[in-house]
Amino acid sequence: MAVPLAFFALFFAYPVVAIVGRGLKSGGSWQFGRIGEVLGDPDIGGVLWFTTWQAVASTALTLLLALPAAYVFARFDFPGKQLLRAVVTVPFVLPTVVVGSAFLAVLGRGGLLDELWGVRLDTSVWAILLAHVFFNYAVVVRTVGGLWSQLDPRQEEAARVLGAGRFAAWRRVTLPALAPSVAAAALMVFLFTFTSFGVVQILGGPSFSTLEVEIYRQTAQFLDLPTAAVLTLVQFAAVGAILALHAWTVRRRESALRLVDPARTARRPRGAGQWALLGGVLATVLVLILLPLAVLIERSFDGPDGYGFRYYRALQSADGGGGTFLVPPLEAVWNSLQYAIVATLIALAVGGLAAAALTRRAGRLVRGFDALLMLPLGVSAVTVGFGFLITLNQPPLDLRTSWILVPLAQALVGVPFVVRTMLPVLRAVDGRLREAAAVLGASPLRAWREVDLPMVRRALLVAAGFAFAVSLGEFGATVFIARPDNPTLPVAVARLLGRAGDLNYGQAMALSTILMVVCAVSLLVLERIRPDRSVSGEF
Amino acid sequence: MSTIKRYAATAIAAALGVSALAACGGTDSGDSAKKGDGAGSKTVTLVSHDSFDVSPAVLKAFTQATGYTVKVLKSGDAGAALNQEILTKGSPRGDVFFGVDNTLLSRALDNGLFQSYEAKGLDRIPADLQLDKGEHRVTPVDTGDICVNYDKKYFADKKLAPPKTLDDLAEPAYKDLLVVEDAATSSPGLGFLLATAGQYGDDGWQGYWQKLKDNGVKVVDGWEQAYNEEFSGSAGGKKAKADRPLVVSYASSPPVEVLYADPRPTEAPTGVATGTCFRQIEFAGLLDGAKNAAGGKALLDFLIGKQFQEDLPLKMFVNPAVKDTKLPEVYAKFGEKADKPLTVDPKKITEKREQWVKSWSSLVKK
Repeated sequence: MAVPLAFFALFFAYPVVAIVGRGLKSGGSWQFGRIGEVLGDPDIGGVLWFTTWQAVASTALTLLLALPAAYVFARFDFPGKQLLRAVVTVPFVLPTVVVGSAFLAVLGRGGLLDELWGVRLDTSVWAILLAHVFFNYAVVVRTVGGLWSQLDPRQEEAARVLGAGRFAAWRRVTLPALAPSVAAAALMVFLFTFTSFGVVQILGGPSFSTLEVEIYRQTAQFLDLPTAAVLTLVQFAAVGAILALHAWTVRRRESALRLVDPARTARRPRGAGQWALLGGVLATVLVLILLPLAVLIERSFDGPDGYGFRYYRALQSADGGGGTFLVPPLEAVWNSLQYAIVATLIALAVGGLAAAALTRRAGRLVRGFDALLMLPLGVSAVTVGFGFLITLNQPPLDLRTSWILVPLAQALVGVPFVVRTMLPVLRAVDGRLREAAAVLGASPLRAWREVDLPMVRRALLVAAGFAFAVSLGEFGATVFIARPDNPTLPVAVARLLGRAGDLNYGQAMALSTILMVVCAVSLLVLERIRPDRSVSGEF
Repeated sequence: MSTIKRYAATAIAAALGVSALAACGGTDSGDSAKKGDGAGSKTVTLVSHDSFDVSPAVLKAFTQATGYTVKVLKSGDAGAALNQEILTKGSPRGDVFFGVDNTLLSRALDNGLFQSYEAKGLDRIPADLQLDKGEHRVTPVDTGDICVNYDKKYFADKKLAPPKTLDDLAEPAYKDLLVVEDAATSSPGLGFLLATAGQYGDDGWQGYWQKLKDNGVKVVDGWEQAYNEEFSGSAGGKKAKADRPLVVSYASSPPVEVLYADPRPTEAPTGVATGTCFRQIEFAGLLDGAKNAAGGKALLDFLIGKQFQEDLPLKMFVNPAVKDTKLPEVYAKFGEKADKPLTVDPKKITEKREQWVKSWSSLVKK
């Protein structure tokens, strides 16, 4: 417990508290009056209102579109199911810089909707809502679908044998078992959309602003730290409330459910209704997720003289027609992989230890710690990044110009995923096995190696895969942190998009495609090594 | 207290352990992995924004001439990079900061970010660029013009003359054609707002923007969206089937369109409305608290030296500050000169900026 606590204290709590403190303190005295002042500003009020209602609407829309998919993925067998499950998860780990442009291609002018029905949704709130569905679809499919696939269908059948109607059986048997995981998924989606940054900036146009966007503007553009500090506190309070609710639903879910092997519950769809459902879900996935991704890929091949690998070839040379980087852009792939590997190691070490500590102990304090570990998901990257700058500036911890800062920041986001994946599996390990090992003379380390490790190895791999994918796509924190001149993939894409010219644009699309493929492959590998009894992993 | 220390020690140990692991795994993300900053006076660190760029050969020449190796740190866009410097004032990450422009200059100077140093060769830079002439806290390195660009093909097809001046943009002939960036978040957006303020003055610019609004101006968040998604003349815009033939961009965008096209066209696909330009001047300065002040001074001399100045146009697509610097052919041929670039006094910008942006936002965005 000491290591994860120290990690969070040093690399999260301390920087965040310091930057917020800097904002609220002026001339040595606290300026709590600012809180009222900022909150009373009608513009800020508008931002708060928009942040909340778009998050509610996004969550509702995501549930509406993704719950049928959760059912289909859980209960039906169809060719390409594993591939599809990996692909719907790709958006979740893609940086918004990449997706924004792909999404505009479908929703914007000349996009598919425009050509078919003359509907254009760019810079409307619909673009934001649909993009949020695009990003968070996998959260619902994986969280709810994961559990659903392990619920024994015979329980429902038993209820029907006992005379319950189809709906009543579902409502009485399946729904109660499912409800906590639906709630948990909904809260995660709410959390992600409440703190949405890139989607709102790119697709919403300048007239929409969330709390997170406003914190960025106040900090990075205006250097108005007091206002940023107050907004950070507001976001903290909101995220804290969401996480408390989330922790509560997770606890409720841990009530004993009889779970079975998902392979036994899925079968081929039967009857027109089930085929129609499957078709509907596949169509939604096609339009909402595959199409934007496909547009991205198409543009990466679409050169001035027909389709080809021109942009991919350009990525290999430092001066692809003029030179935007000191190194070939393709080296960004290698940079990204290196950072992601280190970040994954840190996240596994910290998250694994935290999960182990959470398994061994119980009580209110430990549960609070559980929620605390989730906090980085809901705190603005610019706050953390600027906090790093003003806190990690004293030797021996002057890490501001060190490369390690990038993986550290990425690991902060990876840890919650590790904890959430490991925790249920670790909790399922029978404590008596450890005791038996100890009685037989094994040291705690040996007991862990011989008892826990073999059982959680696959969960560990899954967790590693998630942390890796998230680190690979992380953009927000990375971009604010000083680094030597070796850009990560998302940063390289953003830089290429920041320049005029055909070759730059094409290379940005090609790099995005590479990022997508790397993400998809790591997720596919994940699918393969998924623990067979993975007890409803969260993501 | 002791527990905090213990936690800190644990975390350092963890970080070091990870670094060791990384080294074993062959992960070496550059020389900084081995050296902390200030490890020796042979390294000089340049902090800049994401658009900073230089040819490796030019940096090598600097090392050969002075013995200093340059380490470059890029941190976000111009505004964010400067604000990070202000936050870390006194214990800066580097020795020299490059990339504060005239719209942000007063913020940097008021915060006492820089030490005084008169770079060698300053006399070859025109006086009107030397905005801190008395004290030499900053050195002008380059200039760039923010101008409305137009899609040549669109105007040729429509047999319509492209606009030349700010007044033209409000004409009915150009209704629904212009896309601009948000002045609150984007530096070309702010530059364009300042151009109008420079042209029409404190009392006039709002009336002008009302006309632009009535003429169907579209506002998007940043340059990337405006140029790559909305502007029909750019490579990205063509693929996105963009329908706005006028965009706020840079006077140097047309040569970029030529340079980054393969094969290179004989004529740039876009042009510049030369009467709409706002002049940006970019400065560099020696940071207060720089660990390698001697190296920093050498670097500042180098930034306005011949090699770096000649390298600028095709790396960052800006004009050299030093008079009579030889321009690369493609830049000279396809670039256009602003008629009379508009500008606003940096002090006035600092004073009015927030107020202007606020009233601009409530006028245009709603």
